[in-house]
Amino acid sequence: MGNIRLEAVHKAFGGVNVIPGIDLDIEDGSFVVFVGPSGCGKSTLLRLIAGLEDVTSGRIFIDGANVVDLPAARRGLSMVFQSYALYPHMSVRNNIGFGLKMAGQPKDEIKRKVEAAAASLNLTQYLDRKPGQLSGGQRQRVAIGRAIVREPKAFLFDEPLSNLDAALRVNMRLEIASLQKKLGTTAIYVTHDQVEAMTMADKIVVLNAGNVEQVGSPIELYERPANLFVAGFIGSPKMNLITGAPASSLGAETIGVRPEHLVAARDGEGWKGRIAVAEHLGSDTFLYVEVPGVGTLTSRTVGELGFKAGESVVLIPDAKRIHRFDKTGKAIR
Amino acid sequence: MSTRETRAVGRLLVAPSVILLFLWMIVPLALTIYFSLLRYDLLNPGMETFAGLDNYYWFLTDPAFSTALANTLMLVGAVLVITVVGGTLFALLLDQPVFGQKVLRLMVIAPFFVMPTVSALVWKNLLMHPVSGLFAWIANSLGLTPVDWFAEVPLLSVILIVAWQWLPFATLILLTALQSLDEEQKEAAEMDGAGAIPFFFYIVLPHLARPITVVILIETIFLLTVFAEIFVTTGGGPGLQTTNIAFLVYAQALLQYDVGGASAGGIVAVVLANIVAFFLVRIIGKNLEA
Amino acid sequence: MARKQTLTKRISVTALAWLFSGAIFFPIYWMVITSFKTELAAFSTPPTFLFFDWTIENYETVQTRSNYLHHAMNSVILAGGSTLLALLIAIPAAWAMAFAPTDRTRGTLLWMLSTKMMPPVGVLVPIYLIYRDFGLLDSRIGLVILLCLGNLPIVIWMLFTYFKEIPKDILEAARMDGATVTKEIIYVLAPMSLPGIASTLLLNVILAWNEAFWTLNLTTSDAAPLTTFIASYSSPEGLFWAKLSAASTLAIAPILIIGWLSQRQLVRGLTFGAVK
Repeated sequence: MGNIRLEAVHKAFGGVNVIPGIDLDIEDGSFVVFVGPSGCGKSTLLRLIAGLEDVTSGRIFIDGANVVDLPAARRGLSMVFQSYALYPHMSVRNNIGFGLKMAGQPKDEIKRKVEAAAASLNLTQYLDRKPGQLSGGQRQRVAIGRAIVREPKAFLFDEPLSNLDAALRVNMRLEIASLQKKLGTTAIYVTHDQVEAMTMADKIVVLNAGNVEQVGSPIELYERPANLFVAGFIGSPKMNLITGAPASSLGAETIGVRPEHLVAARDGEGWKGRIAVAEHLGSDTFLYVEVPGVGTLTSRTVGELGFKAGESVVLIPDAKRIHRFDKTGKAIR
Repeated sequence: MSTRETRAVGRLLVAPSVILLFLWMIVPLALTIYFSLLRYDLLNPGMETFAGLDNYYWFLTDPAFSTALANTLMLVGAVLVITVVGGTLFALLLDQPVFGQKVLRLMVIAPFFVMPTVSALVWKNLLMHPVSGLFAWIANSLGLTPVDWFAEVPLLSVILIVAWQWLPFATLILLTALQSLDEEQKEAAEMDGAGAIPFFFYIVLPHLARPITVVILIETIFLLTVFAEIFVTTGGGPGLQTTNIAFLVYAQALLQYDVGGASAGGIVAVVLANIVAFFLVRIIGKNLEA
Repeated sequence: MARKQTLTKRISVTALAWLFSGAIFFPIYWMVITSFKTELAAFSTPPTFLFFDWTIENYETVQTRSNYLHHAMNSVILAGGSTLLALLIAIPAAWAMAFAPTDRTRGTLLWMLSTKMMPPVGVLVPIYLIYRDFGLLDSRIGLVILLCLGNLPIVIWMLFTYFKEIPKDILEAARMDGATVTKEIIYVLAPMSLPGIASTLLLNVILAWNEAFWTLNLTTSDAAPLTTFIASYSSPEGLFWAKLSAASTLAIAPILIIGWLSQRQLVRGLTFGAVK
């Protein structure tokens, strides 16, 4: 079991409210991603759940029990750190088995579990090496092995992939996601990378300045962003946000159109502009178009349509896919 | 990473150190202050009477005090000059690419590890003895009259011994500091066409300013209380010529059994040391924030 | 300070460096040499620098006549005991200051340092009287306590600067793995900072071994370490140079070796981290 509930969790450092107050429910077995720009309080929130920091006020329930007064060691959670935080003086075997040793499990039991965990992570041949002799990806696996071997109530991941190179990151992303599905253990994953969030999460929590901006499945967030912040943060390339006449004509302060919903054509009804840059990625082409009176808009078109920089183009928005936001930035539904 | 719980455990773990150091510092210091206000003769225990500030009056107006104070300042000042100037030169020399650099380094720092009683006695007997010492032989070979070090220039003799012990300390620290002067800065200065002398005054010396300050302050704290070297060589003499404050207090207490007077002297020594400590703690504290 | 040095310049600088370094090291060399001479040769003019009849009789005499080993043992017990005791008290304290700091940590650290700056003469009288009344004069335990307290601030400071370099993530990982503070210190912090703990230990052995204020004032024979033992050679002037040299050589040899081995770490300890 691993049901985690936050009630009015508030954290202040000195006089600064890092997290003004958060309520959140995380169901057992789900993969929840906290995403947001750096400094949004996502890591702090994770550390509050872990017990590495105190809440200033509020309550945290794990399986119905309030744990705010329990030290990290007794919350039954495990954590994968950004730096991996492996014990440099211990072999891989002892790194993975340290938690079991602390729990006082018998030696042969530890050996069995460590070897099973190592096998599932392809670490068997490295068991007697020290972390210093491993590559970044292998260290990452050891850190994960250390987390899973204790069969915790939940895994906490603090930007675990940010020290890996791009190719490895994609692999590990898949591996972590499938491992979590296989084990069925609750996972909370912190990242600033919205692609990781979109690909891995059952549920995404978008944080900004210590506040929850929106909670929902990746598709919900993509299709129905609750406000300007989420609209701008989720999706790559970013959603085009337009103010002024085009917005007010639709009864909104700001309107947003995703690049893929902005079709570029040689002529037609739409925003006329000049292509400043055309990025040809093969499968997609991104056009950066300067539209007088509106600004620079991004359009994503499929394949090669032969657009070149300097050409004139008309951008036609998909009328059903225009997001409208009011003065406060909230979505108008 | 600290939570209320870890901070609570932390306080518990710091407590023994704090309590022990508190007892070690405050209790004896309070007793010293208390004794300093008494007429207290170690040979006539139970006869203590309140003396007010008399002990301070006698101690501070005793000509022995002004002599001891002068000797202390002379000793501290002279050793500081020798070690800081010598240490800087040695550090510059050893920072050059010379053959056998590592061995030289070991040779130069060695005196720091020699216990004070050993260095004092080796210098006094083997080197400075007026008849059979090595210095006397050198003087004779050069056709000069040997110096009777501890009779003619006793304070200078003590200064030389103490300076020999502390020169390695200054050298080691300044050398470490020099080696942290980064290579690029040196090369940049060379590109700018800086000669050796301006390079030293504009680049090296400012870089060494802080380590030199640290050396001066730390040495001062130890030099104010030089004791063993005097104890085994001159016993403060001849007369009072090599008596410093530390030795004066010792003599007052354990040779003249005047507990009150010695305590007053001890407090004077504490005050002197605290003036230096004040600046040292500030420098180190600044470093702590960085 | 030209970087590209000609060979001639390098050789002349080398000669200069050897000359001065040799002069600094000379008293130690001379002491060691003298310890292998007969008393007569030690006293003779002109002095001999290498070519004399080498003898080890002084080393034998030092032990048989004056019970050198007894004092050496005292030095080992005082230096080792006070250092181990200080480490035992200081490791938990330094953990707390490095990893669970409070608003008062900085002030506490500086206050501890300031206790080290109190001149021992300031408390000589009360310590002497207290030790006399409790029968601690000339006792090993009394000196171990005194030397431990005297060096405790340095030990805490050195450990603090070493612990500060351990990434706190790793200690947090241990905590997430269910380790209590004690286990965190024993299984993770201590092994990781072993080099730092070792150099702290060495520096403090050196300082305690050479301490010559309290040992001279509070010991006479039973607990007298080598500092006091060597000081006893100061009275019968002139007659025992070779033996004095032999005793001195033995007294400084172990510490000189330890000092040479730990010289790189010494700077940090001696300057309380102000110079690294």
